Amino acid sequence: MSVLIVLDQSDNHIKKSAYEILSYGSQLAAQIGTTAEALVLGTVNDDLAALGKYGVSKVHQVNSESLNHVDAQLYTKTIAEAVAQTNASVVVFSQTHTGKSVAARVAARLKAGLVAGAASLPDTSNGFIVRKTVFSGKAFANISIQSPIKVISLNPNSVSVVTTDGTATVDQLSIALDASKIKVTAVNKITGEIPLTEADIVVSGGRGLKGPENWGVLLDLAKVLGAGTACSRPVGDAHWRPHHEHVGQTGVQVAPNLYIALGISGAIQHLAGVNRSKVMVVINKDPEAPFFKAADYGIVGDLFEIVPQMTAEIKKLKGIA
Amino acid sequence: MKILVCVSKTPDTTSKIAFKESNTQFEEAGVQWIINPYDEWFALVRAIELKEKDPSIIIHLVTVGGADCDPIIRKALALGGDEAFRINADSNDSFFIAAQIAEIAKQNQYDLIFTGKEAIDYNSAAIGGMISELVDMPYVSLATLFELNGTTATITREIEGGEEVAEISLPVVVSCQKGMAEQRIPNMRGIMAARTKPLKVVEPAAIDTLTSIVNFELPPAKAGCKMVAADNVPELIRLLHEEAKAF
Ligand SMILES: Cc1cc2nc3c(=O)[nH]c(=O)nc-3n(C[C@H](O)[C@H](O)[C@H](O)COP(=O)(O)OP(=O)(O)OC[C@H]3O[C@@H](n4cnc5c(N)ncnc54)[C@H](O)[C@@H]3O)c2cc1C
Repeated sequence: MSVLIVLDQSDNHIKKSAYEILSYGSQLAAQIGTTAEALVLGTVNDDLAALGKYGVSKVHQVNSESLNHVDAQLYTKTIAEAVAQTNASVVVFSQTHTGKSVAARVAARLKAGLVAGAASLPDTSNGFIVRKTVFSGKAFANISIQSPIKVISLNPNSVSVVTTDGTATVDQLSIALDASKIKVTAVNKITGEIPLTEADIVVSGGRGLKGPENWGVLLDLAKVLGAGTACSRPVGDAHWRPHHEHVGQTGVQVAPNLYIALGISGAIQHLAGVNRSKVMVVINKDPEAPFFKAADYGIVGDLFEIVPQMTAEIKKLKGIA
Repeated sequence: MKILVCVSKTPDTTSKIAFKESNTQFEEAGVQWIINPYDEWFALVRAIELKEKDPSIIIHLVTVGGADCDPIIRKALALGGDEAFRINADSNDSFFIAAQIAEIAKQNQYDLIFTGKEAIDYNSAAIGGMISELVDMPYVSLATLFELNGTTATITREIEGGEEVAEISLPVVVSCQKGMAEQRIPNMRGIMAARTKPLKVVEPAAIDTLTSIVNFELPPAKAGCKMVAADNVPELIRLLHEEAKAF
């Protein structure tokens, strides 16, 4: 028995969401009286023994370049084999692009009940019940998993990272890999920007900015905050901003610590993509804008006057000239 | 060539979310039902576009649910599906649903299976991946572009921090999102034609359910929005920094 935590990597580095599931998986292992072990797929340049400080006793690696691209079919066979070799009873993923591609497939292969989009640690006092977000963040469901093996895919940004002073042993698993049926011909990473789903702070603009030429005020604010940038759907549809910035029910779902909405009315479909944010701030000139009902802090006013003042004030606070 | 498009019935995006029976069931009263937007706008419309280029393509639709799903299946047929299956079972377990669809897929030997990237009610993003495992096909999730050249597909998908372009020989299972196609509305001819298109009701295969919903909860109500005067921006920044500790 063990809890096996499958870590996300990209560009040969362990991702932030991986530290969250290491903490989560280690706490879960302590709760059910077993050990937490991590699984790393592909070639990674980070110090894997140091992952022990997030609570795992062992790190298993399948060190092959063919796993540097996520092929769900190949990943699934490999992970299922690792589950067998480590005798895992719970497999933990992060509900990132990789988790969405792989966790469900692994669950089907293992005939394991899946909770995808988990929001907190399971209740194991009577069965195995995991809380997950449903209805695009408008509610939670408590799901009971009945199968012997359980698969959990945790929403990013839903637990805090806990560190100890442990170290882990690192070993290589020997698993025969099939050839991938997917031939990757190009990878285009968005450079010079903070990936939206990883951003701690997101500054988002709506139709209230009036046109793409006005985005400077928003970008200045995002820059001083080290924030990712997002937009409402009409802004993406009108090509004022690239479509990968569109957040909401039909766009990207984000859950940063701070979400700042500028000139966005707060339609229910927009809120569905951002309502898991810890703190929401709204700047809107219409006091009746529905966003104020969902927000934590707000100013009624013209964003073109207010946002530059916010930027200046944060610069002062951070001591940026 | 045969394409299977998986569709599910979800509450309209503006629906009020409430529960009944001591929070164990979704309150359906007053809810408008729609085809899950990702299934309709991206998976189904892209399949229809492929058929418009190559009329020999046959599009099958499948859903798992009761007779209350029939209106959304008729709408999907009106948009352009050729034939539909409804597996007559009610379940919230992803494995049960995917395994039922996999049974249909095994009987009909599809070249392509499309799903939406997730359903807007249970948000698990699980069905496509599970089907792909059960029918042993490659799986491409979160696709934003899909082109077909003979029996090879070129697919662009979202990955961590960017996108990836890949070539895959059919068959393949693809989960579809924004970028794949543009939303359409059914026309009168489609609506008339849909009435006589086959909608086959099939009884479910014997499949285990691996999870069940214990109950639902609504998030705690917000404390309310703290308003700051427009001429007091420094106060907003102070609150964010000191009270909310947001940066
Ligand atoms: C099925 C469906 C799915 C959808 N999915 C999404 C989705 O995923 N994401 C999404 O965002 N939308 C989605 N929508 C659209 C959504 O309903 C709204 O239409 C959209 O979010 C509105 O965008 P907005 O707030 O930018 O624009 P508007 O609603 O036009 O709001 C602009 C706001 O800016 C304010 N404003 C104007 N000028 C200023 C100024 N100078 N200073 C300050 N404030 C100003 C106005 O008071 C107003 O509140 C969806 C709709 C449907 C039907």
